[in-house]
Amino acid sequence: MLTDKTLEEIERIKKKYPNTKSACMEALQAAQREKGHVTECDMRAVAEALDIEPVEVQEVGGFYTMYNVEKPKGRHHVQVCRNLSCSLLGAEHIILAIEQELGIKTGETTEDDRITLSTAECLGSCGTAPMMQINDEFHEDLTVDKVSDILKGLK
Amino acid sequence: MENVLLKNINNPGGHTLKNYLAGGGYEALKKTFKVTPDDIIQTMKDSHLRGRGGAGFPAGLKWSFIPKDPTVDKYVCCNADEGEPGTFKDRGIIEYDPHLLIEGMIIAGYAIGAATSYIYIRGEFEFGAKRLEAAIAEAYDKGYLGKDILGSGFTHDMYVHRGFGAYICGEETALLESIEGYRGQPKKKPPFPALSGLYSKPTIINNVETLACVPPIIAKGVEWFTSMGPEKSPGPKIFCVSGHVEKPGLYELPMGTTLREIIFDHCGGIKDGKNFKAVIPGGVSAPLFKEDNLDISMDFDSVMAAGSMLGSGAVIVMDETTCMVKSAYIVNRFFSHESCGKCTPCREGTIWATKVLRRIEYGAGRPDDIELLESICDKIFGRTFCALGDGAVMALRAFINNFREEFKYHIENKKCMVQA
Repeated sequence: MLTDKTLEEIERIKKKYPNTKSACMEALQAAQREKGHVTECDMRAVAEALDIEPVEVQEVGGFYTMYNVEKPKGRHHVQVCRNLSCSLLGAEHIILAIEQELGIKTGETTEDDRITLSTAECLGSCGTAPMMQINDEFHEDLTVDKVSDILKGLK
Repeated sequence: MENVLLKNINNPGGHTLKNYLAGGGYEALKKTFKVTPDDIIQTMKDSHLRGRGGAGFPAGLKWSFIPKDPTVDKYVCCNADEGEPGTFKDRGIIEYDPHLLIEGMIIAGYAIGAATSYIYIRGEFEFGAKRLEAAIAEAYDKGYLGKDILGSGFTHDMYVHRGFGAYICGEETALLESIEGYRGQPKKKPPFPALSGLYSKPTIINNVETLACVPPIIAKGVEWFTSMGPEKSPGPKIFCVSGHVEKPGLYELPMGTTLREIIFDHCGGIKDGKNFKAVIPGGVSAPLFKEDNLDISMDFDSVMAAGSMLGSGAVIVMDETTCMVKSAYIVNRFFSHESCGKCTPCREGTIWATKVLRRIEYGAGRPDDIELLESICDKIFGRTFCALGDGAVMALRAFINNFREEFKYHIENKKCMVQA
């Protein structure tokens, strides 16, 4: 079930396009904002709101990497860029330091559901490498010390 | 040189309409409404503005392909899916000067007779998307968007469409599929989007930087634009410099500035006094250069003649401590991750090449692995719908051809030739 707030948001998104199918991507993004991931049930609800087939929503959910389909994340989703510019400036050390500090491996979530650690491909912040994204926010010009402080600030 | 595209890059309040107007913003739009759409297309042709997304196709020519039939709906799409690794220029424009892009898009809409435009921005640019939406709302509020703009009789609506994680959506047909709510997979061309694009209607798709060049061309004139850079690819160009340089960042310079000037004059040289080893001139799809190519002019034709691509102007610099096997592995891993899966040679080939590179990097390379990689490249190149597979191959071939000894050393000695 989607909240009334999300359903209202979906109605607003529908107005941007000549057909409701085009609203599918952003409608599913709105659904994901509720709890950080989407379920099969959410995707059926989005399909219903847009009057399209559930499979049309599922194929979008399965293709684009930012949809967390049936994959709950921690409250803070830390994604460290591992592409070339960040790697040249030490992204590997940053990833290793986070794994050590949190006691988890890349792809895992801390036991208290506080933090999920992932790697990401280029996030468009190469001039301020190495960098990571935590939920919607970019953190740039990282050092191992700076990362440790940032992690401690995540509640 | 005075920054035009990055005028507000160091101005924290520069993104507001108030600031944009104070700097002469939307004057180009007023000028536009005094002439015919065909005049604007001719001005764009005369300016020789070439697409800053990577392909370098002449923007005016692209616009001129749109059918003139007024009864047919047409669309303007802005490609803000900035994803080519090493590239961060469009983000700079979007975050610091969103109205420059918006004004460029309205002018493009007037030129081709489009009542609607979409900005396709990658999902990770949450901050940029919010900036754009706020700027579009400001523009509506003051009558620069919506019905009968500035009393011209021209009506135009603009929307932000947010991607959600897919490099391939920077490819124009995949981008259109994505706006229509499908998986972002490229389609065979022709038909080209100018005839059958978004919702099968005539559509132009231009990069953020290309569209941001439009208002200054109208406001300052064609001569201003063509006074910079080579005759066949003039104008200012934003270079995104990253990697081992003292001062990485965005640099707005005349098209045709040399790599040596960019790296050593503007960016302060190689970081920590180390020696230069290699540079990728236009994002990771572009074949890398060694020192002997540092004096080539950074414009579309010169870089292509030297065997690489200007691409998005993403200059990635590598110093003497960089392991080329590892770099090739990282780049290829990216392509295998981002292959959309539509064409078998790309889908399977990039994964296979990544596997081989990985085993070389981790000391398990086999004696004939270089030949195997070359054979995989041959089987991908030219056999796919879009350029992703070709880009992966061109990048990998350049790594191998320029640093074959390093690959051999890695296989034979199970370790790096360089000491990081």
